[in-house]
Amino acid sequence: MSGEKDLEQLKKEAAEKAKAAALAKKKAREQQESEVSGAAALEEEDLAKKKAAAAAKAKAAALAKKKAEEQQAGSESEDPEEEDLAKKKAAAAAKAKAAAAAKAKAARAKQESSEADGDDAKAKAIAAAKAKAAAAAKAKAAAKGKQEGGAASDDEKAKAIAAAKAKAAAAARAKAGGKGAEAPVAEEKPSANQPYLDKYVKVIEEHLGNDVLEDSYINRLSKDVPTLVAKRETYYKVVQFLKYNEQLGFDYLSELHGVDYETHMEVYVHLYSYKNSQSVAVKVKLDRDEPTIESLCPLWAGANWPECEAYDLLGIKFINHPNLHRIMLGEDWVGHPLRKDYEPYDVEV
Amino acid sequence: MLRTEEMLLNVGPQHPSTHGVFRLVLKIDGETIKEAKPVIGYLHRGTEKLAEDLQYTQIIPYTDRMDYVSAMTNNYVICHAVETMMGIEIPERAEYLRVMAMELGRVSSHLLWWGTFVLDLGATSPLLYAFREREMILNLLNELSGARLTFNYMRVGGVKWDAPEGWVDKVREFIPHMREQVKGYHDLVTGNEIFLNRVKGIGKYTKEDALNYSLSGPNLRCTGMKWDLRKNEPYSIYDRFDFDIPTREEGDVLSRYHVRFAEIEESLKILEQCVEQFPEEGPVIAKVPKIIKAPKGEAFVRIESPRGEIGCYIASDGKKEPYRLKFRRPSFYNLQILPKLLEGESISNLIAILGAVDIILGEVDG
Repeated sequence: MSGEKDLEQLKKEAAEKAKAAALAKKKAREQQESEVSGAAALEEEDLAKKKAAAAAKAKAAALAKKKAEEQQAGSESEDPEEEDLAKKKAAAAAKAKAAAAAKAKAARAKQESSEADGDDAKAKAIAAAKAKAAAAAKAKAAAKGKQEGGAASDDEKAKAIAAAKAKAAAAARAKAGGKGAEAPVAEEKPSANQPYLDKYVKVIEEHLGNDVLEDSYINRLSKDVPTLVAKRETYYKVVQFLKYNEQLGFDYLSELHGVDYETHMEVYVHLYSYKNSQSVAVKVKLDRDEPTIESLCPLWAGANWPECEAYDLLGIKFINHPNLHRIMLGEDWVGHPLRKDYEPYDVEV
Repeated sequence: MLRTEEMLLNVGPQHPSTHGVFRLVLKIDGETIKEAKPVIGYLHRGTEKLAEDLQYTQIIPYTDRMDYVSAMTNNYVICHAVETMMGIEIPERAEYLRVMAMELGRVSSHLLWWGTFVLDLGATSPLLYAFREREMILNLLNELSGARLTFNYMRVGGVKWDAPEGWVDKVREFIPHMREQVKGYHDLVTGNEIFLNRVKGIGKYTKEDALNYSLSGPNLRCTGMKWDLRKNEPYSIYDRFDFDIPTREEGDVLSRYHVRFAEIEESLKILEQCVEQFPEEGPVIAKVPKIIKAPKGEAFVRIESPRGEIGCYIASDGKKEPYRLKFRRPSFYNLQILPKLLEGESISNLIAILGAVDIILGEVDG
């Protein structure tokens, strides 16, 4: 009995061993395969890189050539103004090219990053773009130097390089910022409109108290317009103050409309001060089920129809409006079409 | 027994002087207008609702149909809004093509206005002259975009096509021709006694009224307000050009007439400089992603259309369609002052006052 058992055991062991060996073999094969494919991928990548580099070189060379040509043409013409113009044009073109190249690179990187590690690729792209721009600038400077018999100072060259670099970096950053929702806004330097925003908030808080505004920020996407988010109860007071305060003087209602954000309604007002040449956006959040807000008609007659439109299409009710009616669709229309949950109503269906 | 009573009079919605579908309900006492109630919405197509299901490039043809007399500015405003949000830099050549297209559009828009305005006042022949020159502009724009009115020419990042060969030279030749014609128009109409009697001193308002009613464009500048977004908040490459902002002080119908004519001259000045500075070569569209997605957030931009301030508001949730799109349509805002202007006026002045506001119903109704 025991001999039989031993035999069985031995058999089992042998089988297990064979299995393990097979597994190991398979693994090894797989590894080899993957290595091969990895190598291929690497090769491909290398090739692409080389190609890109070659293209960049060719571009830079072409740029330098063009620049030199233009310079020559410029130096031949006697009119200094014309020369200046040509130079400026060439410079602008070069700048645009560098920016475009950087952007394209970033865009490509973005596409790649959806599969591979995004940050790495992006960083690479930025670096490459920078290098490219720098190379272009160098080539340009060199061409210039040659043309002017080496008269161009190093200082100028360095400046050009720095400028090109900065430009490329800015473009890449803008691209990245434009893409990602979590753009590193905080890192950027404060907007030129920041002092205006601070001033508005300060003046409002001095006169109306600390709790009239829900939020205030610079809207970077919208040409850096200072944006104030008023509370529902204080909206009219804030807008009235913005209009009549001597320091602020927002005397022109440029735009008024509503937005349905599904969680809440919002009224967006764009005001302009002809006195100070300054814009401000005022927003107010409303309860979606019962969107009511004071009308701005007592302040601007021009708020009349836009408020009617917001009522018609979104169902926002404006208190103290002289004639709130369905301005576009007619009084027998059912529902408010710009609401996200709007269902068309048709008696025939 | 003799008695007087107020009468209700319907003007439109199909009335030739409105050049579209616009209805006015008038309460008249004899020949005096007691109250005027504009009724709009006959041409409402729900562009903003439609846009919520469309990608940004697909929205551009819809903008052609808003202000169909000056579609290039509409094309521009939506592209400009998306470009502002995405931080796209536009190639030089594209910027020049855009500005030339927009300024040609401005001239053609003012020509159409002039022709139809004096037609409504009873002068039938100037319309033919106006349309003759307008046709030349439409031909130019046709060569550029492939369409006479609904251009669909601009794209996010630039323009759809480069100008065909020799196009810029054609524009160059057109400028002096147009200047000469404008002189002819003035000879034909502007000094005419009958015309002056019908437009001088009516439909008057002050600068304060204009600001109160959110007027813009020539309707604002006719009150002495020196304000033009091309100059005061330069967009595109308008800061490179040397041109004036024509203004008048009177604020009546005639002053609006003069402002528009002066604007034709200024647009020709801009065109002249464009032709001079036009870059020899270069791309006409920036490198933009295939699928355009505006970043999450909102933006409002405004530019100067022939009728005033046209704006575009986009709220985006980062998708390829806008979450909410809104156009600030100048005709819609400008028309609001009409009841005030008509109150107490003689009914014979109605057409002159309405015409001078320069509305395009496709834009009023959105």
